[in-house]
Amino acid sequence: MSRSLLSRMAGLVRDSAVYRSIVRHGAADTNRNRSLIVFENLFLHVHPVKVREKTLKFSHTYWLGGITVSAMVVLICTGILLMFYYHPSVPQAYRDMKELKFVVDNGVFYRNLHRWAAHLMVLGALLHMVRVFYHRAYRPPRQFNWVIGVVLLLVTLLLSYTGYLLPWDQLAFWGVSVGTNMAKEAPILGPPLRFLLLGGNIVSENALLRFYVLHCVLLPSALLGFLGVHIWRVRKDGGVQGPPEPPSDDDEVEP
Amino acid sequence: MREADEGMTLPTRSIDETRRDFLAKLGLGACALTAIGAALTVVDYLEPKVLFEPPTEFKAGNIQDFPDGTIKFDEVHRAYIIGGQGGIFALSAVCTHLGCITRYHADEGVIACPCHGSRFDPEGNVVHGPAPKALPWLQVKADAEGNLTVDTSVVIPHGKVLKV
Repeated sequence: MSRSLLSRMAGLVRDSAVYRSIVRHGAADTNRNRSLIVFENLFLHVHPVKVREKTLKFSHTYWLGGITVSAMVVLICTGILLMFYYHPSVPQAYRDMKELKFVVDNGVFYRNLHRWAAHLMVLGALLHMVRVFYHRAYRPPRQFNWVIGVVLLLVTLLLSYTGYLLPWDQLAFWGVSVGTNMAKEAPILGPPLRFLLLGGNIVSENALLRFYVLHCVLLPSALLGFLGVHIWRVRKDGGVQGPPEPPSDDDEVEP
Repeated sequence: MREADEGMTLPTRSIDETRRDFLAKLGLGACALTAIGAALTVVDYLEPKVLFEPPTEFKAGNIQDFPDGTIKFDEVHRAYIIGGQGGIFALSAVCTHLGCITRYHADEGVIACPCHGSRFDPEGNVVHGPAPKALPWLQVKADAEGNLTVDTSVVIPHGKVLKV
């Protein structure tokens, strides 16, 4: 009795103009409708509609790309939370960092989560590259996606490095002094590049603001853009490439 | 008549296509110029025109404050003012390796960098790497009363002591 009422109400909702304007496919009853659910959803459509069962096995990819992306999602969420308290100015930046650590409720948790997720993202990206290399997944047709992956690693490292200055403590200050002096040693372009990056000759308030903008706006946008291309290319190149097939017994072996 | 028509139309068409190509190239060129111009204005915009950094020239006390064997460290201007070699000279305190600020250790008589362990003698020569070069000597001037001025932006040859 109640069941039929429930299904009648569900039917009413499903047939309503508002629901039909949002969801255009029917219930997930046929393969066609199951496919449409994936095709017509912005968030699901990065996934293939069908995958081979073996690609879901842990040992196929060790889920390293997924782990890296998950760390990125954690970083974006915790980073936005940190931005609510942080001023990129001297000496307020250091005070804000202390406030997050000792005063703000859960501040130390979110700050540490941001830091550990950053370490995990760099480690995940590196291991993902190692996995792709040893599985020979960089070979045609995936050579372009390998290049995109290298760019993603560079952007990840730059994000990690620009974030290093933001606490404005001794470690940050000297870390960035040393790093930008390394950049200065590049021929011809090195010194002007360092000047533009720091907004001056020394690591100062200008440098803090510039690193903040790079860390919170420019580099994350670049990362999301390249990540979109990267995942799209995985689909276009025929899905994730796992370990190479072992030679079968039928293969003839030269004595 | 027909042949003449073909003779008339063919060159006209090819002129049309050339004109279209030319206009397309002109348009692309204009877009490229605009893009380059925009990029240049952005680079120019990003270059700070006024810097609030400590001035390179600073007063460093009087000649009488620096008898032989005195080493004074100026933290703000990142320089050592040293009495020795029959006069006064100034050393940059910025490590020549990667730009950390060195410190003078009186007990060992060396200038040491905390970042990567470079060591220099009190004349600025490298005692221990990784620093690739000696600490630069900086210009020291004295007025009639013996008041010293050091300029960290002017590097002078090693051994050019301001004689007292």
